[in-house]
Amino acid sequence: MEILLQETFLVGLFAASLRLMTPILYAALGEILVERAGVLNVGIEGGMLMGALGGFLGAFYFHSVWVGLAVAMAAGILLNWVLGYLCVSLGADQMVTGITLNILALGLTSFLFRLFFKGASQPPSVPPMARIHVPLLADIPFLGPVLFQQTALLYAALALVAVLWVLLYRTSVGLNLRVVGEHPLAAETVGIHVIRTRYTCLLIGGAMAGVGGAAISLGELSLFLENMTAGRGFIALAIVIFGRWDPWRALAGAFLFGWADALQLRLQGVGLDIPFQFLLIVPYVLTIVILVGLVGRSRPPAALAMPYEKEEA
Amino acid sequence: MANTPAEVRTARSIVLAVLTPIAAILLSLLIGAILITAVDVNPLRAYAALLTGAFGSLNGFSETLVKATPLMLVGLGIVFAFRTRIWNIGGEGQLLLGALGATLAGLYLGGLPSWLLLPATILAGFLFGGLWGAMAGFLKARYGTNEIIVTIMMNYIALYGVSFMNHVPLREAIGIFPQTDLIVEGARFGRLLPPTRLHAGILVALGLAFVSTVVFQRTTLGYRLKAVGSSPDASRYAGIEVRSTVILSMVLSGGLAGIAGMSEISGIHHRLMDNISSGYGFTGIVVALLGRLHPLGVAVTAIFFGALNVGADSMERTMGLPSPLAFILQALVVLFVLGGDMLTRKAVRERVRRLWVERRT
Repeated sequence: MEILLQETFLVGLFAASLRLMTPILYAALGEILVERAGVLNVGIEGGMLMGALGGFLGAFYFHSVWVGLAVAMAAGILLNWVLGYLCVSLGADQMVTGITLNILALGLTSFLFRLFFKGASQPPSVPPMARIHVPLLADIPFLGPVLFQQTALLYAALALVAVLWVLLYRTSVGLNLRVVGEHPLAAETVGIHVIRTRYTCLLIGGAMAGVGGAAISLGELSLFLENMTAGRGFIALAIVIFGRWDPWRALAGAFLFGWADALQLRLQGVGLDIPFQFLLIVPYVLTIVILVGLVGRSRPPAALAMPYEKEEA
Repeated sequence: MANTPAEVRTARSIVLAVLTPIAAILLSLLIGAILITAVDVNPLRAYAALLTGAFGSLNGFSETLVKATPLMLVGLGIVFAFRTRIWNIGGEGQLLLGALGATLAGLYLGGLPSWLLLPATILAGFLFGGLWGAMAGFLKARYGTNEIIVTIMMNYIALYGVSFMNHVPLREAIGIFPQTDLIVEGARFGRLLPPTRLHAGILVALGLAFVSTVVFQRTTLGYRLKAVGSSPDASRYAGIEVRSTVILSMVLSGGLAGIAGMSEISGIHHRLMDNISSGYGFTGIVVALLGRLHPLGVAVTAIFFGALNVGADSMERTMGLPSPLAFILQALVVLFVLGGDMLTRKAVRERVRRLWVERRT
């Protein structure tokens, strides 16, 4: 057990926590934006999966992580555009649509991946993303290797937490957006374009889910596997509820999951006498425990998941 | 020719209820054809391979029914949950638990009289799947937790839990593979058309589809489920126990998925191992949606999807087209039906509105 308290173990653990937190954080931040505007995107898992494959294909064929990230965003946007058309424009059931889009994304990514890499003897991979050593800060003992030797994806995600918070609570755009999610009719009355606002949020949310997916395929593993998101999109949904639709609280939630995931991965490596399956279920059990612990203390936007139809003139 | 607003509404809705799914299927096949053409395969030849694969031989047709069986059972389970407006996405986990329950029965209840053994195995599948579902139902009823997230998380817990059972406590006596020993003969479904794999599970599934129809149309239980689904508040006001109805709905939903797992063990594998479900828990959701949450619609859709799965496998073998194409086609059909429903509803409403305006002037 002593190994668990050694500095190298702890540094590795916390650095990995942040790395594993990143995909969920992107997805959760995007979902906060979408849900604040009154749309429930249950298809976020599918958006991440599209992003994971898009990011990988872009990076593989263009030899550039940045092209990969752009493709990942486009893939996520595309999926949410479909959701937007069906749910925002036509008013279809958001649960049913989201669930179906997840299955579409699972089929589409598996199909395309097998198509592109048919007959490959070993799974194709891309070079790992560069780690940025922040000057000076990277040399601080403990904190340096944990926090300041990470990829650009983590730094951008942390910046986005602050940006989203300012946007939601300190700008008129954010205020309008929240009104759309709480009381769309009132929003329309004062001249806010409900449909356009919801579309904008959905497309941005799609791009963020896409980046979240790419943070798994490019940021963690440097390869793509079928269904590699493994429920992370749904964990992000849980974190939005846990975070009460607030970016900072979502950051705390995402970190908790990153930590739990990193811990179970590391414990598998230490060779404790615990079946690996018991370790693998830790993040999933934690999600349920946290949801149950939140009873009645988390209130969603009032118009969440309710379609809005413009009144006839 | 329909002229009054009411006539317009009924005339259109009957025609559209049939036409929309057909149009949706055609559109999905069209998009599928574009995907197939993009990889330099002739789509007509590909679809011909799909059809002959699924229906062209006795073996192909029986495989279609073999694949349709778990889809039908999971789909029926989803109908119970979704009609109550409970979003059970946990069919995959409930199926695995049902498979575990059936395996335990098949391994340890061999001493039962033979007429009792198979029903006991079915019951074990139902109970294990049902209790797994009930947990999510209980959390929703008691704490208001989001059942989508809970059921998804429980899928993964079931996946790794069952894998652990295969690896350690239930591992076969000779201890080579992570799988259990074979279940006793009496706990297996009989084969209907040897040498094909068609087994009695399809009869159980069709029977339960019929029973479910009766439950929804003729019983107070069905009424209770639908009432809670359409308005929990009104149901509470009318004296319906909403919480227990939510839990009951999840027991039935999970239980039917559990029987799907049981059927895979008793009919196909005869032992528990990893990877017994190829996404049946998720495809079952699509089956239920396309079947319009009606048990008989589910039965028909399950056979259609079974054919798509078998056909897609044979397309992969003969033309090298990846089999997840089936998932794509299935999801597209549902999306087109969703969109078609909403578009036609809009059009009908518009026409009705115009008729009213005409009458007034």
